[in-house]
Amino acid sequence: MSKVIVVTSGKGGVGKTTTSASFAAGLANRGHRTVVIDFDIGLRNLDLVMGCERRVVYDFVNVINDEATLKQALIRDKSDNNLHILPASQTRDKDAFTEEKVGKVIDELREDFDYIVCDSPAGIEKGALMALFYADEALIVTNPEISSVRDSDRILGMLSAKSQRAIQGEEPIKEHLVVTRYSPNRAESGEMLSLDDIQELLGIDLIGVIPESEAVLQASNSGVPVIRDEQSKSGQAYQDMVARFLGEDIPMRFLEAEKKGFLKRFFGA
Amino acid sequence: MGTSTKTAGETLDKQEKTAAVELKGAVFTLPVLKLHSTDLPAIEHELKVHLARGLNFFKHAPLVIDLEAIDEQQGRKLDFTAIVSALHRMQLFVVGVRNTNPEQAKRALAAGMAVLKGGIAQEDISSGKNTSAPPPATSKTLSAETTKVIHQPVRSGQQIYAKGCDLIVLSSVNVGAEVIADGNIHVYGSLRGRALAGVSENANARIFAQVMEPELVAIAGNYQVFDEPNASNLYGKAAQIHLDNNRLVIAPI
Repeated sequence: MSKVIVVTSGKGGVGKTTTSASFAAGLANRGHRTVVIDFDIGLRNLDLVMGCERRVVYDFVNVINDEATLKQALIRDKSDNNLHILPASQTRDKDAFTEEKVGKVIDELREDFDYIVCDSPAGIEKGALMALFYADEALIVTNPEISSVRDSDRILGMLSAKSQRAIQGEEPIKEHLVVTRYSPNRAESGEMLSLDDIQELLGIDLIGVIPESEAVLQASNSGVPVIRDEQSKSGQAYQDMVARFLGEDIPMRFLEAEKKGFLKRFFGA
Repeated sequence: MGTSTKTAGETLDKQEKTAAVELKGAVFTLPVLKLHSTDLPAIEHELKVHLARGLNFFKHAPLVIDLEAIDEQQGRKLDFTAIVSALHRMQLFVVGVRNTNPEQAKRALAAGMAVLKGGIAQEDISSGKNTSAPPPATSKTLSAETTKVIHQPVRSGQQIYAKGCDLIVLSSVNVGAEVIADGNIHVYGSLRGRALAGVSENANARIFAQVMEPELVAIAGNYQVFDEPNASNLYGKAAQIHLDNNRLVIAPI
């Protein structure tokens, strides 16, 4: 049985697309047939982060409007045959979306894929609502700061009210918290919210903590999901997150503030 | 006349004061006296026993008489006027009667009682549980609901309204969320959003929270914001809020 997972946050710029790309790449890398859909019509980014922007011919809106088949629009990842991308349209607007039409595409994808990852746009408008409507599970991407947490709270409310599962009274969407751009040093000094604070405020289970890292920006710029950068802490943290999603019991890493060593202190690194 | 529910922002001050009267709807919880016999001396005797057992909160209480269990074919006809004055002697004031047949309704009206329709299933009064009945003298059927219970966190942007009843939240009310009730509000987690109790002018409503950290609280239109966490030394603690002379009072639980 295939699963639809929405990656959402309410707030923009917290790392939804980065998380969608790495999460989908991680699932595919473990042998699961995975497709990641960009719901951010008009502001598409996922293709850039996945490094396939020059191969976009048809997009999600073309498929919805029956101007292209799903097969024509899906882009296969360069290095992983299990991973496909359904890009957003840069020129259309989100009025193209209706529950019925999106549902038809999702149903078609369910036949071919184990996991359907929906990269939600920011906000609580139609695009975001469409991205979460058919979800079975949700990754709530949150930065350790108060406005991000409040927006996540808002989107959690929408998951429990506006999703298909909520409307039809089915088992509620399974919600997972992903804290991104986490800096243990700054949390310790009180500049950032701590993990405990965030969990207390949102009341959902933590599935991953991605440390703040330059590797994320570099990976995005070079069009490779950061999860493939096995040297970076962020990449390793995403690997852990995917493993936990698939049911493995792995302790959280990179939560402790780094103690500056003698040499680092000496050279002020 | 129907019921109207006032919104949070409204206060008494804003209402028209020039008119001699004003008709408004409100929801009340009334004790219901269910009769199982038409035998007046027996009724009187049993009630006296009940009152002597310390059910003093019924003193001066408005009361609704329930005739559901009465079969006048079997017993004698009820003398409504006599019952009303008998109860009056015990300082109980009958405001209405319910579960009447048309003939009983006619006699009740003649005895100066209102005939009520609706109302939820009643608990045994002597068990101490609240009973409820719709407000008297309305022509439309009004049914009081049972308590509204919310198991999930109430999240930013969500609004929960417990119409005509109490609201119990078994989780937290987060910042940016709003919980509203015509009755009391109980929060068995943190209250961080807005809580408006007794919104249809019920000044006796209270707000209870395990962790009192609200943005705003209001009872019967009297509101207070908590822009400073140290506005009260009970901020962040288990506390209750009630209304005393149009002033909100926060007290420990």
